[in-house]
Amino acid sequence: METTIGLVGKGFAIVAADRSAARSIVVFKQDEDKVLVLDKFKLLGSAGVAADSVAFTEYVQKNMALYEINSGLALSTRAASNFIRGELATALRRGPYQTNLLLGGYDAGDGASLYYIDYLASCNKVNFGCHGYASNFVLSILDREWKDGLTEEEGIEIIRKCIAELQVRFLVSLPKFTIKIVDHNGTRDLPQPVLAAA
Amino acid sequence: MARRYDRNVTTFSPEGRLHQVEYAVEAINNAGTAVGILAVDGVVMAGEKQKVTKLLEAPKSSEKIYKLDSHVATVVAGLTSDANILINEARLAAQRYLYQYGEPIPVEQLVERVCNHKQLYTQYGGQRPFGVKFLFAGHDKHFGYQLYLSDPSGNYSGWKATCMGQNSNAGQSLLKNEYEETMTTDACVKLALKVLHKTMESLTADNLDLFSLKLVDGKMVHTVYAHDTVADLLAVVKEEQEAADRAAEAKAAQTLQSTTTTPA
Repeated sequence: METTIGLVGKGFAIVAADRSAARSIVVFKQDEDKVLVLDKFKLLGSAGVAADSVAFTEYVQKNMALYEINSGLALSTRAASNFIRGELATALRRGPYQTNLLLGGYDAGDGASLYYIDYLASCNKVNFGCHGYASNFVLSILDREWKDGLTEEEGIEIIRKCIAELQVRFLVSLPKFTIKIVDHNGTRDLPQPVLAAA
Repeated sequence: MARRYDRNVTTFSPEGRLHQVEYAVEAINNAGTAVGILAVDGVVMAGEKQKVTKLLEAPKSSEKIYKLDSHVATVVAGLTSDANILINEARLAAQRYLYQYGEPIPVEQLVERVCNHKQLYTQYGGQRPFGVKFLFAGHDKHFGYQLYLSDPSGNYSGWKATCMGQNSNAGQSLLKNEYEETMTTDACVKLALKVLHKTMESLTADNLDLFSLKLVDGKMVHTVYAHDTVADLLAVVKEEQEAADRAAEAKAAQTLQSTTTTPA
């Protein structure tokens, strides 16, 4: 039921996720933040079993912080994606983390990028991506709307359309979303988009 | 008296020194000279090869210069057998990093790994330190071209130009006078040969390894200069050196003459 959506534009990447904490048929609360700020220029959105998602994303965040303290350098988005993939691949043959991830980041020189990573430890650099049941509804929208060199406004508008579609067509109620953006200034939260009443 | 603190590597002397570690550093000061210079478009390293009998099979690759990864190479001074262990360690660390992060290891991290390994043997008992100094030349996206020098104690430092081994003080002072930050690789090659010409008794293309690391069209290019190329370069450098010496001599003679003539 968890949903994460991400896309890359000109000099920025957006990662969004629903805010529900739920198990079975019960919703616990509507203010869970599933988009973790890994470092100043990286966002990690997760979808999957809540315990695994939190445990794994925090493990990644703390390891990257350790790397930064040890070396005085920050990992690039590509290096971070490779590290995450490796950790998931190692865990896969032991006790897998059941978590699917979208990693968005900005690197001076290389610009913005988005990586689609799943619990089976596949890792792909993509222009847009979505995890969960929601992908049945929003991939078509992203396919039609995404283009090279999107502006920030256009990117946010696509995310807004995706969320609106989910709230109309998806059986599961996803009333609230976290939307975060990363660009050359770092990461920041975007306000909940105003949606037309369905 | 000092002998009491010599036996065990890991015992401090009353003056707070580790004699065995210091001896290891000293041992390398008798090894063949090696020089490293940072250019704007690359890094140059050169090293003296020890003379051997003609009966010995010529080595297939340089015994002085080793490639550690696509973007790092090292020149060795000291015990080659000790160096081989550390070179293995460095190559393994570089490939492990590449496997984990999908990117080449930052040069300083690799140097630090090797030095941490060296340091262990100055602290654990019953073992001797590695009798090796390294010059590391490398390039990464964070800091561009880099040159590091490491010694048996596990210390390392970054340099623009430096040398190690026999007569390294003479080489160092020459570098101090002649090194400029705007030098190209070609100029640095010449300066490196000039340094070795000064520190070594008889410099020929046979007892010299010359190396450069350059980024060409996004790819790291390691070059170990061919014997004939080295011979040609060496001839030019020696020629220039002799011309400079003659000029200096002439000038000295002139000033001597003028000082002797003036009083009369």
